[in-house]
Amino acid sequence: MNALARLFYELTESFRIAWAQIRANKTRSMLTALGVIIGIVAVTLMYAAISGIDRGFQNSLSMLGNDVFYVDKWPWFGAEDWWNYINRPAIEVRDAERLNRIVEDTPKSLLDVAVPRAGRGCSVKFGDGRVDGIFAFGTTAEYARISNVDFVEGRLFNEIEDNGARAVCVLGFDVAEALFPHRSPLGETVTVDGHPCIVIGVYAKQGEFLGLFSFDNQLVMPIGAFSKMFGTRRGVELQVKVKDQTQMGAAKDELIGAMRRVRGQLPGERDNFTVNEQQAFKAQLDPVKFSIFAAGLIVTSMSLIVGAIGIMNITFVSVKERTKEIGSRKAIGARRRTILLQFLIEAVSICIIGGIIGIGVAYAVFLGVRYQMPSFPAEFSVVLVLIGMTASVLTGVLSGFIPAWGASRLDPVVALRYE
Amino acid sequence: MIPPPPPDPATPRTLRPHGPLVIDIRNVTKLYHMGDETVHALRGVTLQVHRNEYLAIMGPSGSGKSTLMNMLGCLDTPTSGHYEFNGKDVSSMEDDELAAIRNREIGFVFQTFNLLPRSTSLHNVELPLIYAGVPPNERRERARQALDHVGLGDRMLHKPNELSGGQRQRVAVARALVNHPSIILADEPTGNLDSKTGEEIMYLFDTLYEQGNTIIVVTHEEDIARHARRAVRLRDGLIESDRVTVEPAAV
Repeated sequence: MNALARLFYELTESFRIAWAQIRANKTRSMLTALGVIIGIVAVTLMYAAISGIDRGFQNSLSMLGNDVFYVDKWPWFGAEDWWNYINRPAIEVRDAERLNRIVEDTPKSLLDVAVPRAGRGCSVKFGDGRVDGIFAFGTTAEYARISNVDFVEGRLFNEIEDNGARAVCVLGFDVAEALFPHRSPLGETVTVDGHPCIVIGVYAKQGEFLGLFSFDNQLVMPIGAFSKMFGTRRGVELQVKVKDQTQMGAAKDELIGAMRRVRGQLPGERDNFTVNEQQAFKAQLDPVKFSIFAAGLIVTSMSLIVGAIGIMNITFVSVKERTKEIGSRKAIGARRRTILLQFLIEAVSICIIGGIIGIGVAYAVFLGVRYQMPSFPAEFSVVLVLIGMTASVLTGVLSGFIPAWGASRLDPVVALRYE
Repeated sequence: MIPPPPPDPATPRTLRPHGPLVIDIRNVTKLYHMGDETVHALRGVTLQVHRNEYLAIMGPSGSGKSTLMNMLGCLDTPTSGHYEFNGKDVSSMEDDELAAIRNREIGFVFQTFNLLPRSTSLHNVELPLIYAGVPPNERRERARQALDHVGLGDRMLHKPNELSGGQRQRVAVARALVNHPSIILADEPTGNLDSKTGEEIMYLFDTLYEQGNTIIVVTHEEDIARHARRAVRLRDGLIESDRVTVEPAAV
């Protein structure tokens, strides 16, 4: 109990001295803290950018759906031996129908539903308004079971419209905004690359996919209508929803088997289709992401290390200047630990001050960036503040330790004689 | 200023009986290695000090008196020989154990005062109590009493640079007293003071001695040594003489 009390008094005494020391050497302390401030600003901003980018990645990937397989002629990644793929027969709309029939006939199937999807870029016009670079795609009414995107207004086409290949469409949020700035587009007829199409719904805002394209710049219509307007000879993609996303592996096996039946493949024949999934994107992106993050953190850590060297230097100077004081303190009963703590806390205090200012500056920069570039993916969080403070305390401890250790080992006789 | 203590006719100063043994040094030597040379700072010193003695350690520079003082103050350990402080063997203690002994048992007064320049008198005096783990309220109270005791009750919140040399040394004495040590060890306590102020400080030591403290003063000045009741002279690392001074100097 007494030992604990003594430690507490020593700590408060150390903080008191540290504070007095910093106040007595304002310029020196501020210059030293500046190194830490710059380091902390760099590290926190880099971390803010990294967590923002990571969040963006995750959002984008979740748009693909955790529980959806994509059956294509080509794999998304790594199709170097293209001659193996080029001669595969295209995937057709009726493959989806057959697949759905097999799934219905399979007891305890892990698959839910498959929908075909064919798409292309196009321009959409209404009156004098025109937007280019829109991604139009056709699918079936069952797309409603796969997509969980909300509607601002209206609805997806129903089975009757689907079967009748009616020229109706749902607009992405930005398309609707651009063509119908102040009114509802429902019931209006837009032209999609010259083909008239009645608007029956508008999707809610979804955002961009990895900054590559925007889900809000799309337009959805029945696959039959799409086929009439643009044709589907180049094939479609099948999106297959799984019932239970904890069983993706088994579901994939079932899907491959079912697809081989759909395509009438013989045993021993290689699959003439590829089952893609979100996981492939992740596997592709993760190493890239990791290298960017590691490089960023290493580079910004450099500036923190420079700050740490400044702290170490100033602590050495402080120990040297106060050698006689160390002697006096030892003479009146300061232990090694007491002296060690005193100088360590001095180093840490400067770092804490630097850390607080650094985080403040970083937050101001962050607000400025967000104000100027709202789409820049950066995130500022409590975790970040904690990381910043931990980094600065660690900097203080690591850089202050060697000089403080040296001070604690000083021989009191020698220290008292020091002038 | 401290009022002079009332004369006590019942116990003549020189005949004051000795209390228990505090310092027991036997055949202590100390070697220093300075480059290739070996310096024999102490060549076999034997010394006993009892409670409530008033001792002056004298000698020219190079006689080993600083080394002996460091040894007595537990700042240094002997190369050979034996040192018992209050019955505890301190000749083989570790740094932190010695720090604890210094904190509880020894009150240092230095020639250069060695106060913390940016702290008030009160805080300077509190410092040994902080290292002893005394709670803040008690600490402040005891430091206040110690400062009152040396006549600086009205200078508690002054910093050293706002005090005269004599006042600074009084703060140092208060700091030495505050933990009720077994000995007060003063190293040339008047060396940085003019002779009048020096006399006042010595007068303070006399008073502390009268109140029952054990005092060891290291000095090379005969005038200062005359305040003590016993004078130990060193020469070339050995005790040359150790005698009781019959009558203390009149103030």
